[in-house]
Amino acid sequence: MANVTITDVVKNYGHLEVLHGVSASVADGEFVVLVGPSGCGKSTLLRMIAGLESISDGDIEIGDRVVNDLEPKERDIAMVFQSYALYPHMTVRANMAFSLKLARRSKDEIEQMVNRAAEILDLSTLLDRYPRQLSGGQRQRVAMGRAIVRNPQVFLFDEPLSNLDAKLRVQMRGEIKALHQRLGATMIYVTHDQMEAMTMGDRIVVMRAGVIEQIGTPLEIYDTPANSFVASFIGSPSVNLIDGVVQTQNNQLVLQADDGAIWPLPSNVNVKAGTPVQLGIRPEHIYLDPAGLPAEAFMIEPTGADTHVQLRVGKQLLIGVFRDRPDIALNATFHVRPDVSRAHVFDRVSGKRIGA
Amino acid sequence: MAVVERIAATRAVTRKRKNRLDRGEGRTAFFFLLPSLIGVTLFLVVPIIASVVLSFTNWKLLGQPQFVGFANYIKLFTADPQFWPVVRNTLFFTFEYLVLNIIISLGLAVWISSLKMGQRWFRVIFFLPTFTPGIAVAIVWMLIFAPGGFFDFVTGSLAIHLPNLLTDQKLAMQAVIIVSLWAGVGYNTVLFNAALDMVPASYMEAARIDGASAWDRFWKIRLPLISPTLFFGTVMTAITSLQVFDQIYVMTRGGPGSATATLGYSIFQKGFQNFQMGYASSIAWVMFAMIMALTAFQFWLQRKWVHYDN
Repeated sequence: MANVTITDVVKNYGHLEVLHGVSASVADGEFVVLVGPSGCGKSTLLRMIAGLESISDGDIEIGDRVVNDLEPKERDIAMVFQSYALYPHMTVRANMAFSLKLARRSKDEIEQMVNRAAEILDLSTLLDRYPRQLSGGQRQRVAMGRAIVRNPQVFLFDEPLSNLDAKLRVQMRGEIKALHQRLGATMIYVTHDQMEAMTMGDRIVVMRAGVIEQIGTPLEIYDTPANSFVASFIGSPSVNLIDGVVQTQNNQLVLQADDGAIWPLPSNVNVKAGTPVQLGIRPEHIYLDPAGLPAEAFMIEPTGADTHVQLRVGKQLLIGVFRDRPDIALNATFHVRPDVSRAHVFDRVSGKRIGA
Repeated sequence: MAVVERIAATRAVTRKRKNRLDRGEGRTAFFFLLPSLIGVTLFLVVPIIASVVLSFTNWKLLGQPQFVGFANYIKLFTADPQFWPVVRNTLFFTFEYLVLNIIISLGLAVWISSLKMGQRWFRVIFFLPTFTPGIAVAIVWMLIFAPGGFFDFVTGSLAIHLPNLLTDQKLAMQAVIIVSLWAGVGYNTVLFNAALDMVPASYMEAARIDGASAWDRFWKIRLPLISPTLFFGTVMTAITSLQVFDQIYVMTRGGPGSATATLGYSIFQKGFQNFQMGYASSIAWVMFAMIMALTAFQFWLQRKWVHYDN
């Protein structure tokens, strides 16, 4: 196993720069998730680590070696592709043994290694089948089998669950996590699904438009997002952002929203009156409270365990998540209380978090 | 009971109505298909049957055909001194042309797909001979290869002492093969190039990560993945090369001697020069049998090397 260090990495396609000098490090045995919207450069960065894309500037180290100019096969990595990329003309066994054969391992050794990987991934009964004879989940497991059979230093995953249905995705999420725990290997995982990022990663790297916005553990990122983009990207439903200007009222700092409404601000926030800010309130931090602000529900979406309610407080549109089935009727008035002590404040111009 | 009977009766009526409807639709469909049916019957079915019948007669284009049983076939296989050399020439041409065509077109296809720029232009350039009339191509090449022609001039200037290609017993067939390759390679090149481009890049990337060299990637991944197209190209090329005629008619007329006489040329010679239509038809059926046999052999062989994804 090995650590991976990315230092000031730049990627240009002609005159277009898609990665603007990103730096990050992945510790030995760590599971790091690169997450961000489409086009943010996360897959490009992963492919650069794999050696499938050239590095325009900066360094990528695997272990203690700079791998910038090494061929993929010399980097001792394995990769699981979104499309699985299982060779369709080879059986599961041949797919898994392909890299070992190329490395001129002995027949016995290959059989032993393939059988071991197949056992770990519960593929032993499928070894003589062709990829076309497998279900999506089974193909996914074969793709992982092909990766683990070589016992590489680093595993790379490029949106490996995107082609699976929701139920299987959750199951495979667990299997990949379990595999990581079992192998203790360094894994870098790319996804656009923030739920995958939150549930799987030891640490998350949030990217946008070719830069890293924040690196941290899932809960660090959720609880103290570095900027309004991270706050709205991580979390589902997305955080409520209320635009306004900080004002002083009765010796207390408040937010005067653009629609004129007054919202309380967290007491410990270090901001001056007159600063344009955004107040971020997570949907689950809005509570029902008869003594709270009057609100009107204009859409109610029960998910079973929770109920998502799109509501209007004054002219402000918000979304709230309530446990079970709250007593809220469509277009009727009810009362809510946002838990301001857990709210986030961001500079409206730079988007950066304004802390205590 | 009454209800059940009523339901059964209603069903029977519906079925009858449906049958009537089906028949009506069938008739309409038949009329729509009639023009094609007439065309196929007149220009395909009737000539095929006629040629089978003719091959058992001694029809000489004029006069009444007389039934001669298997006499044409017996003569062909036992008495005709030209037949076996012609078969040998045809197989020789087919084998050499097929192998060279597939190797060259595959090589060109791989080369084109490796280009970063100008792929489309090269595809067009190599495809040009495919829609150039074969006779015109053969005439130009005949002028190049003619004694004292451009080819002789080039070999002479380079001090390479070669006999004239068209008049040499051994080299004449090579000249025909060169011309056939020039005319026929482009089609397979474009076909194979399209197949290569269809191979998803992720397979090649996975292979690179698995440690495959460019050589390994070609032989172990790309080639098996385009094998259905390769098979199609091979079968079609084999069929057309067994039928070779245009180039030989223009360039060598089967000569020198009968060095380039093939089955296709032989059919023309017997049928339209010697007016032995019955005999020519029997050669045509022998050629058909050879094409069928070779194609069947290729289909049998494909189980060993062609990979279909579904």
